Amino acid sequence: MLKYVARRLGQLVPVLLGVSILVFFGMHLIPGDVAQLLLGDKGTEADLARLRHQLGLDQPVPVQYLRFLGGALVGDFGVSLRTRQSAIWEIGQALPATIELSLAALLLAVVFGLAIGVLAARRPHSVVDTAAMVGVLVGVSMPVFWTGILLLLVFGGILGWLPLGGILDGGMMFHRITGLSLVDGLLTGNGPVVQSTLRHLILPAVALGATAMATIARMTRSTMLEVLHLDYVRTARAKGVVERRVVSHHALRNALLPIVTLVGLQLGLLLSGAVLTETIFAIPGLGRLAITSVLARDYPVVQGVVMIAAGIFVLANLLVDILYAYLDPRIRYD
Amino acid sequence: MRSPNLVVGAAMLALVVGAAIFAPQIAPHSPIDQAFTDQLRPPSPPHLFGTDEFGRDIFSRVLYGARIALVIGVLADGIALALGVVLGVVSGYFGGRVDAVVMRSVDVLLAFPYLLLAMVVVTILGPSLINAMIAIGIVYTPQFARLVRAAVLAIKEQEFVEAAGAVGAGVARVLGRHILPNILSPIIVMATLTVGFTIVETAGLSFLGLGASPPTPEWGSMLATGRSFMLTAPWIATFPGLAILVTVVGFNLMGDGLRDLLDPRLRGRG
Repeated sequence: MLKYVARRLGQLVPVLLGVSILVFFGMHLIPGDVAQLLLGDKGTEADLARLRHQLGLDQPVPVQYLRFLGGALVGDFGVSLRTRQSAIWEIGQALPATIELSLAALLLAVVFGLAIGVLAARRPHSVVDTAAMVGVLVGVSMPVFWTGILLLLVFGGILGWLPLGGILDGGMMFHRITGLSLVDGLLTGNGPVVQSTLRHLILPAVALGATAMATIARMTRSTMLEVLHLDYVRTARAKGVVERRVVSHHALRNALLPIVTLVGLQLGLLLSGAVLTETIFAIPGLGRLAITSVLARDYPVVQGVVMIAAGIFVLANLLVDILYAYLDPRIRYD
Repeated sequence: MRSPNLVVGAAMLALVVGAAIFAPQIAPHSPIDQAFTDQLRPPSPPHLFGTDEFGRDIFSRVLYGARIALVIGVLADGIALALGVVLGVVSGYFGGRVDAVVMRSVDVLLAFPYLLLAMVVVTILGPSLINAMIAIGIVYTPQFARLVRAAVLAIKEQEFVEAAGAVGAGVARVLGRHILPNILSPIIVMATLTVGFTIVETAGLSFLGLGASPPTPEWGSMLATGRSFMLTAPWIATFPGLAILVTVVGFNLMGDGLRDLLDPRLRGRG
């Protein structure tokens, strides 16, 4: 197992190198360099030359790439053109909100996706099943940005049950330990912060998780339907095991494997959806940082966000693969 | 009925395609002309879907939006399909080093969360509807490349392909006459299922301000405007969203239906 993990980690190196090459040279194709953007119209030619030298922009491109790569390895992506803070600091500030949102969405998607899928599979072609499958079709097809707007309109605007955006009530502060307001609120025993975070988290998590939930429900239903017809399930029933236990202990456990793979695939969608969800719900996360930086042509931050997001994405997928190997005793990766 | 999905999906798409083709005939107003006496009107007989902040008729804008969504979505899908088929065929048929290089490049593209990759491409090319379309095409290329490669690998060892090579058919003939026609079904199914997503994603880029620019009647950017008027004029965001939903459900149902029809082994799979 350790050998497998090490080998898979090794395979990530060329992929991430490829990502860095694409990001670096892609940004190089854009006319105008960082020095020009930093100085704006103010600097003279001499200032520009000095700054270029300072930033290493007068070096040959391969040397610049190596410097970028060296910086990226220690998390140094340069200075934000917009705020003049270091790019990695900006990313560090934004990352916790995105992690909190994505995990909440994933949790909702897995719990409700599994439940809906199992319910539908237990009575195929019943009213429950049909309703669930229509819901799944709509869930898969709803654009996340429209789901978000509708949820805000209904639960925030018309009913007024939940806040209209942000991550905490105005003026509320919390002691930063992990940066995740929910976790920090729990760690410091700060009830109001926990409550406020949860209230702010529900709508964006539902909006972001809806597609994944629908996909998981559909996959759960189809794998459960297959598994429920297998001999060992019939054997369990024949032995007199109660139906609830047949479903939970015998069928679902074996139906889980393809679902685990699916969850891995959904991670990419979640990170993508986070850009849109954070924009709609005014959440100061990585996605919103990405779009703000792209619109402001803040290239150092764009490079940093993309590198970090790709890193998180491939690592998360690796984690899913390892979980897969752990869950399925037939798979031995040596 | 052999495939109710196919029929319902086709009916929904017929509605959208009809709206797109006959938009000039059906639309009661211009999708772009502003009417400052008619701002933010709720739905009513003269304005079925209401009006926006410039007094433009939303029903007309949604109709014209169908043209943009379909053309951009299908073209983006076409870009992904064309690039994916070329990469997949080359990779699968020639194998060896070519395969390794192509597949590692595909892995790199897959390492990006979809929308971020699209955002990077749009950043490089500059924000516009055409560039958003190209970006989404690139984002979906790896999936086609993988599918086509797997299909080519499965078929190229079969005897009829070997026989074609043995009687002296050139590479182009083997690929064009023997391999491609036999891997068409999965490609058609995937292309149909993907159009729904390319439409949503390009609308997403426009929603973020990286695609269509005003006053283009594009569904994503209409939603972006509607967001600001969500509490006072919810119809601005409701109808373009509904239009996207109908289109995407149509493509998804049609893709599922085609899959059932063309590849019975996969019937009932999610």
